[in-house]
Amino acid sequence: MKHQAEEIAVQERKTLGFWIYLMTDSVLFAGLFATFAVLRGNTFGGPSGAELFNLPFVLLETMILLVSSFTIGMALLGSARGFKKQTIFWLMITFALGAAFLTLELSEFSKLAAEGNSWQSSAFLSAYFTLVGTHGLHIAVGLLWLIVMIVRLWRFNFKKSDLGRLALFGMFWHFLDVIWIFVFSIVYLMGAA
Amino acid sequence: MLSDWQQLIFGRLTASDFVHDPIMAGAGIGMAGALVLAMIGLTYFKKWKWLWQNWITSLDPKKIGVMYIVVAVIMLLRGLADALLLRAQQITNGSTEVLTSDHFQQIFSAHGTIMIFFVAMGLIFGIFNLIIPAQIGARDVAFPFLNSVSFWLFAAGMILINAPLIVGEFSTAGWLAYPPLSELQYSPGVGVDYWIWSLQIAGIGSLLSGINFFVTILKMRAPGMTMMKMPIFVWSALSSLSLVMFAFPILTATLGMLSLDRLMGMHFFTSGAGGNPMLYVNLIWAWGHPEVYILALPAFGIFSEIVATFSGKRLFGYKSMVVALIAITVLSFTVWLHHFFTMGAGADVNTFFGIMTMVIAIPTGVKVFNWIFTMYRGRVRFTTPMLWFMGFIVTFTLGGLTGVLMSVPAADFQFHNSLFLVAHFHNMIVGGVVFGVFAGVTYWFPKFTGFTLNERLGKYAFWLWIVGFLLAFVPLYILGFMGATRRLDHYDPSLGWQGLFIVAGVGVLLICLGVAFQVLQVIVSIKQRKENRVGSDPWNGRTLEWATASPPEEYNFAVIPTVTTRDAFWEMKKAKHHEVTPEYADIWVPKRSGVGAIIGLLSLIFGLAIIWHIIWLVVVSFIAIVVAIIMRVTSDDTEEKISAAAITKREMNRSAA
Repeated sequence: MKHQAEEIAVQERKTLGFWIYLMTDSVLFAGLFATFAVLRGNTFGGPSGAELFNLPFVLLETMILLVSSFTIGMALLGSARGFKKQTIFWLMITFALGAAFLTLELSEFSKLAAEGNSWQSSAFLSAYFTLVGTHGLHIAVGLLWLIVMIVRLWRFNFKKSDLGRLALFGMFWHFLDVIWIFVFSIVYLMGAA
Repeated sequence: MLSDWQQLIFGRLTASDFVHDPIMAGAGIGMAGALVLAMIGLTYFKKWKWLWQNWITSLDPKKIGVMYIVVAVIMLLRGLADALLLRAQQITNGSTEVLTSDHFQQIFSAHGTIMIFFVAMGLIFGIFNLIIPAQIGARDVAFPFLNSVSFWLFAAGMILINAPLIVGEFSTAGWLAYPPLSELQYSPGVGVDYWIWSLQIAGIGSLLSGINFFVTILKMRAPGMTMMKMPIFVWSALSSLSLVMFAFPILTATLGMLSLDRLMGMHFFTSGAGGNPMLYVNLIWAWGHPEVYILALPAFGIFSEIVATFSGKRLFGYKSMVVALIAITVLSFTVWLHHFFTMGAGADVNTFFGIMTMVIAIPTGVKVFNWIFTMYRGRVRFTTPMLWFMGFIVTFTLGGLTGVLMSVPAADFQFHNSLFLVAHFHNMIVGGVVFGVFAGVTYWFPKFTGFTLNERLGKYAFWLWIVGFLLAFVPLYILGFMGATRRLDHYDPSLGWQGLFIVAGVGVLLICLGVAFQVLQVIVSIKQRKENRVGSDPWNGRTLEWATASPPEEYNFAVIPTVTTRDAFWEMKKAKHHEVTPEYADIWVPKRSGVGAIIGLLSLIFGLAIIWHIIWLVVVSFIAIVVAIIMRVTSDDTEEKISAAAITKREMNRSAA
């Protein structure tokens, strides 16, 4: 088998690479945030954020996502100690919370569209749907990733590489939380003011 | 009913989309014909297996680097053919009516896009693949499989941008597709979609490569190689890669938004419903200006290696070179607005960006002086790479000075969108990047083949290029002063521009002749490879890549070298370090994998499906990509061992031969 030092080096590379990927993703979001900031006033005679956003509803979404950050932390703690059942349990809870968040977001989107305020209505709404939707798309990718990990853990025992992947997923999930804090503050709180 | 079904299956693709005018059809049939010929050749010589096992599924960065360069050279020929057509139109002032206005616009859009994304980027990433691991004393890149995916995404983008020659048409909106012209309202066809998806797919490949090589440089340097002992080319690559990491996500977001406008009816950049076209121009240049340095910085690095080697001296001012590289990297994000001073951002904003643009000339000037001081009192060998270097100093300084002229906002109102600008950026990209890559390819060619390129033909090619280049672009400066704008397919004959356009056309012909000599150079060199065979260190090199065999083994170094100084190999040679008989250990190398090529192919299908609105195929190819990725990332069996005994045998055989 490969030398242990070399395996650690490989995992270190993956971790650094993933950090850098997250940074590039932040730049992508920065582009979308900047676009939203420029276009937020361009409502083209339609409703503005203050008229559209339901803050208690968004607060609920936010709380769900924050709790899911806690539950993924529990899953990581479990995996570090090699508790397979505990890890799978907390991963499933995380999945449920993520799915609930996504469902709420999609219901908000479809409600807006049904009321005639779709992404086609104004530049402001295009920027809103794209920014929030891109975050949602990331959550969806995360859910898919969770399914793959749960299935693997279920079928096989812990491998070193699984621990590495779980750690990367933890970074990804916390990152999405951070992005959401910005979405919540800039899009919803500042938009509703 | 029938048309409904047809739309469901083929989207907006119809048989008439395959019909083209004679020039496009000729080019399309020519390209397809060459491909078919290549396939027949592969079948006849029974080389399919060889191609699949040694190239397509290879995860060896040296193989991937060669593939990048081959693709880029083919695209260089395509872009050059485009340039010939453009000049032919302007020389005849449209009197021959060979090109319609619409076709002329497609050609200049394609010329710019192809030359930047598929020639310059391909060449630079090819050289990164070939050189970076060897120069830092590593066996591989950080993520070998990801590297293969990057290349195949690049290749998929390349095929997409050439596909309009066969089916559909290309964008007429210029190489950066400014809205509102590139919006659905004014460009309803598939052209802009081809442009978007070709760049989107290739761009994601570049971004992944950027991350990959950045981690490679930070994490995989040989023991002892601290940051300030890295070869200067590696520093230039590190700077360029950090720009890739910061700039390409902006491109991805911008192209995504333009695409959402066109596909989903959004209003980011439309002229109605609150859209803001100038936002696009800001975003695309926030990527676009760093992109210039993504290309130029590695070329600076190549020249730094070459001038030190062929002057037989240490590079002058290594530390100031590093500082200059970092300064350019940071400053390159503070100048993007100089591409549109005429937008009307106001005097204060224009002044800021004008001054920053002038400031960025300072670190660049530092580098020019450092190169010249490296030659000073050196024992200079005037080989072909050195000729390219000296040609570069002249053309690049000329281009740099005209750049400073344009950085004055008040003056820029005269130069904006004129041929003066066109001459300036060709000075930078051709005289800087392309010359740099030619120098680098000539310099490193023997490392990867074991024999040198023919010097005499290389020198002929250089002189044709440099004379042709000056003839082709100096007249454009003058024409720009006379008021000629870019992208003109005809002009009033009484303006007296035709003579200068003819001179420029002669220049382009000389460049073509230069390229012909380069092709001849490669063919002749391969034919005479026995006479030109050289050892592992033909130029008396200074950096670690020259410590490997020529061509290097798959694992580059049987024993990872320990570095104590800058110019590590030079010092080793002085200390006779490499004569100690080494102890070999097992080496793990990545297994071949076809998944990278499959992901590239699926991305190509996805691109075509979304361009032609074939919804079922978009869904199918997307799911297939996701499945391919999941299957790959969940597999743990990706490496194989070369045993110490096998390595000993290979190393012994080589030193015996």
